[in-house]
Amino acid sequence: MKKDITTTIDNVEAKEKIEGSAKYTSDIHIEGAYYAKPIRSSLAKGLIKSIKIPSLPKDYFVVDESDIPGENVVAMIDDDWPVFAANRVEYIGQPIMLIVGPDKAKVYSLCQNVKITYAEETPTLDFGQPEKTLKFHKGDIKKAFKEADEIIEYDYETNYQEQAYIEPQGFIGYPENNGVHLIGSIQCPYYVKNAVKRTMAFDDDQVRIKQAFVGGAFGGKEEFPSLMACQLAVAIDKIQQPIKMIYEREEDMVVTTKRHPAKIKMQAAVNRDHKVTAIKSEVALDGGAHIGLSEVVLSRSMLAVSNAYTIDNLDVKGHVYKTNTVPNGAFRGFGAPQMIFAIEMFIHHIAKKRGLDPYQFRMKHLVKQGDKTATSGIYRDPIIMRDMIKKATEMSDYHEKVKRYNQKGSFKGIGMSWFLHGCGFTGSGEKDIIKAKVRLKKDSDDQVYILVAAVDMGQGAKTTLRKVVAQVLDIDIEHVIFDNPDTLYVPDSGPTVASRTMMIVGGLLARAAQKLKNQWLKSQEQTVEEIYEQPSYVKWDQKTMHGDAYPAYSWGVNVVEVEIDKVTYEVNVKHMWSVYDLGKAIDENIVLGQADGGQAQGIGYGMLEVMQHKDGRIQQRNMTDYIIPTAADMAKTKNIIMDNPYPLGPYGAKGVGELTLVGGAPAVALAIEMAINRPLRKIPVTPEVIMEAITDA
Amino acid sequence: MPKITFTLNGQKEALNTRLDLRLLDLLRTHYHLTGSKEGCGEGECGACSVFINGKLINSCLVPLGSINGADIMTIEGYKHTERFKVLQKAFIKEGGSQCGICTPGMMMASEYLLAHNPNPTEHDIRHGLSGNLCRCTGYNMIIKAIKRAAKEGKGLW
Ligand code: FES
Ligand code: FES
Repeated sequence: MKKDITTTIDNVEAKEKIEGSAKYTSDIHIEGAYYAKPIRSSLAKGLIKSIKIPSLPKDYFVVDESDIPGENVVAMIDDDWPVFAANRVEYIGQPIMLIVGPDKAKVYSLCQNVKITYAEETPTLDFGQPEKTLKFHKGDIKKAFKEADEIIEYDYETNYQEQAYIEPQGFIGYPENNGVHLIGSIQCPYYVKNAVKRTMAFDDDQVRIKQAFVGGAFGGKEEFPSLMACQLAVAIDKIQQPIKMIYEREEDMVVTTKRHPAKIKMQAAVNRDHKVTAIKSEVALDGGAHIGLSEVVLSRSMLAVSNAYTIDNLDVKGHVYKTNTVPNGAFRGFGAPQMIFAIEMFIHHIAKKRGLDPYQFRMKHLVKQGDKTATSGIYRDPIIMRDMIKKATEMSDYHEKVKRYNQKGSFKGIGMSWFLHGCGFTGSGEKDIIKAKVRLKKDSDDQVYILVAAVDMGQGAKTTLRKVVAQVLDIDIEHVIFDNPDTLYVPDSGPTVASRTMMIVGGLLARAAQKLKNQWLKSQEQTVEEIYEQPSYVKWDQKTMHGDAYPAYSWGVNVVEVEIDKVTYEVNVKHMWSVYDLGKAIDENIVLGQADGGQAQGIGYGMLEVMQHKDGRIQQRNMTDYIIPTAADMAKTKNIIMDNPYPLGPYGAKGVGELTLVGGAPAVALAIEMAINRPLRKIPVTPEVIMEAITDA
Repeated sequence: MPKITFTLNGQKEALNTRLDLRLLDLLRTHYHLTGSKEGCGEGECGACSVFINGKLINSCLVPLGSINGADIMTIEGYKHTERFKVLQKAFIKEGGSQCGICTPGMMMASEYLLAHNPNPTEHDIRHGLSGNLCRCTGYNMIIKAIKRAAKEGKGLW
């Protein structure tokens, strides 16, 4: 009998990572490689008046906008990111040029002596005119509000979150084939490739992108690396030397994309039976100086508006604002964490305002199979949230603790969040934009090569995808080979984002493996391919944002218990419990690892991780200022993984990675709210915020 | 340039060098010992942890001027020990490494912890590792790995 695919196997990359032999970008040594360092704007907004460059010794170069053979743009969804600032700067840290040369110390000292003068302009730091606006509605919002027994309204606010992967961003590259070959710490080899092609006006065969081991990414290495790659490509093309560009922590922290700060207005119509009949919501995201992916982040945020609840009438608006601050972008959860924080708090705050028990109140609105989604699509697959909630409340002793802690001065609290996450790209993105393609190649020794652009950035994709292919082919995993993607060999199976790697890429690989199995010829070379096809029932209208926004949803429950120091207001996380429905776990340990790690980031977002800018300047410049959870800050977790196979996923698998983050912040904020018996409407809930809440009341 | 001598992973070394360079750079660029990683360059993350005369030290904070005569061990030296093998197996079985960038440093910190406390409690481990940041795992599987290593490697530490 075949093993259950969920049974844990050894992570295929673990051995070399543990002994330190796995090569990350900065570990790659190319004899004679030059170093590149960007010169950046020190001003939030203005015109560049003059640039004075110290006299350059032999073999030292300046690379700037005038060296770009193609377009001075980093290809993304919105093409508003210049590779190098041309005449004007729009945020502090914006790259203007590179200094490149053989000796790193010399390059750094030259950089210190570049003098730029500006004609300063007044930067935009507040929300003015939105750059992008999206809206959708469901049902009859007017009627619901007209007939309401009570209208309840609160505002919520979230701040930056920095991915804080432990490996800073970096690339190394060299001239190859009349073009460039770049190796980097990336999530999306083809995003990088397409961006470089456009900036360099190169043909397809002039750009080769390869992934090195990636030391954490969490969305931070989704679109940002394209910017670095374009700059490096310009430099390599000009100088015709291998060049390395590795950010130091401070540079990484100050200039790379972060989670969008958000302001969210929530307004609910509640009827006499204490039912929320309608929600009006307006989301404002700070996009920073360039829009980049912000519109897509915004749409994920808006789509999460009713979270795991069914609300019959919705009116949802969202805006992205441009400000003269560092551009924001992808971060695990991609807009959903902001909204899920808001709605989870809001639903509690409505219950409290009405004098109701929040748990019962939420239960009454919980989604069921067959209900309409926020965008009037349908939840087609079985939903097992009731069972999951029961498990979560039982193992955490939730109801008992609520009774005990819900008293003035207890300084103890327990919070529970319910949530969902749509798997894959929003709407018709998989079908119309990504069009994923995967390939399996068998050599004459019957070794099977996985050829996809999916990246293992620590989430275990190498292990789980190999497992799926080996299991379908019924061969030993040793005979399935999966090297780091290299665009010279792999087709574009899409970016490693949106919790799509297992469900979409893994699903295609399972189909390809089945095809190969059916045609298997011993000791012969064979190749099979599969291309993504959208399930025919998925209908989505991007213009009206109407229909099935996702083919499937993963579900979760987080419970967090805290105790707060009465003097310092320091929050001590005592325990965390979670239950997840991700269809089917392809590897138990890997999913549990995602659960623990995602939760730590979610809880960090909710109570610990403070990042702010002052007049456009990021204030947290290193790991001392920007606090992420340590082993001592985190507590024991207990996670239950449900078995609820999704018919179209490989072995029933849906998405995992982002799901485990999105519920952390509201769970911990609700726990703190209970402990201090004061409403909370913004995160992170730091000791200062707690003090404010207590003194204000 | 002044000359310094030291022992690196059991080997005697002599170098003429500037004394203000960082040990981490010497290891990574001169010796190509890239198991010690640079996560922050300022002593906060522990990814660059090495042993200097048996002490756990962030090599990004060590100027070469201070290592004359020192005995230095990096992950590349440590990996040949019995203790390492037990820890490695435990990390694999418990899923203690995800992206892996923090892992060599975690191994060094785990070794240091177990060498000083062969039967650590959960609390001891959490505090023993609090100088090593990991953004991927949430630490629980690392903690389990250390508990497992303590058990399976009984007598080694
Ligand atoms: S790199 Fe040395 S402590 Fe982070
Ligand atoms: S495993 Fe990625 S930082 Fe620890």
